Amino acid sequence: MSRFLLPLGVFALLAVVLAIGIQHSPEKGVIPSPLIGKPAPQFALPSLTDPASTVRSADLRGHWYLFNVWGTWCGECRAEHEMLLQVRRAGVLPLIGLDWKDDDAQARGWLTQLGDPYQAVAVDRSGRVAIDWGVYGAPETFLVNPQGVVVYKHIGALTYETWTREILPRVSSAAATRS
Amino acid sequence: MRHPALTWMVAAGVALVAAARVLAVDPTQLPDPALQARYVALTHELRCMQCQNESLADSPVDLAADLRRQVRELLLAGKSDDEVRAWMAARYGDFILFRPRYSLRNAWLWGAPPVLLLIGALVCWRVVRRRMTLLAADQDPVEEDART
Repeated sequence: MSRFLLPLGVFALLAVVLAIGIQHSPEKGVIPSPLIGKPAPQFALPSLTDPASTVRSADLRGHWYLFNVWGTWCGECRAEHEMLLQVRRAGVLPLIGLDWKDDDAQARGWLTQLGDPYQAVAVDRSGRVAIDWGVYGAPETFLVNPQGVVVYKHIGALTYETWTREILPRVSSAAATRS
Repeated sequence: MRHPALTWMVAAGVALVAAARVLAVDPTQLPDPALQARYVALTHELRCMQCQNESLADSPVDLAADLRRQVRELLLAGKSDDEVRAWMAARYGDFILFRPRYSLRNAWLWGAPPVLLLIGALVCWRVVRRRMTLLAADQDPVEEDART
């Protein structure tokens, strides 16, 4: 009997380790952001729609917002645009856009043609702000809380599922504890 | 050169090397050779996040060029190699480092192989010991003959 105990124990241990590994393994190709739970990177960039004004992260403190990285060169961004318009219509929280390494005129054309879901769009021509946010492929969307802390990150086109399962519950549970 | 074929081969070789120089993904040349060496080493051990199995040095995509620019600027600003690695990892996570860092979370990964080796050695030693006592207790004359 006891001669089976050791192999059985080793097998059980291996099974547990592998089970934990499978449970914790992120979706293939999705890399967890080290920014979650950390203060959102600061930025001050020209506005896309009004080049004379500046979009500042400091001005965004005090309320929830979604930070959406996009570009007209990005096909998935077109796919998620309808969802972004839906987010704007819901009026739960503002969308702040980051137009990443794009052509300004084309980006403005995109917004007039498809509709503008953003409260403000910051223009990142050099790609420095995107790097500060750890962006590696558009579209990416970050949820930032009133204290300016990144709470959640979604990589790829924003979907209705992500909106209802990941974003809304976080915002509303915070609102519930406050009241 | 006497051999025309040899001449052609040498010419082709020279052309290939020249082409490789021109087509190199990263033409960066920093003023200080020591800095340049550190730059080359660092860009080879940082991952291009967009094409994940290539290093920053080998990747032709836009983001890799932007990240190489950051490495360059950080080095020129006098940052150490570890500071550059930490700067990258703070934004993109440990995944950007091809050479993993030691941390509490992955400590068991580093510790497991020596521990497993130790367990293996222990099992081996016990088996050998048991066989030796079996051999010593064995009084069968036939076996005795076979051994001598």
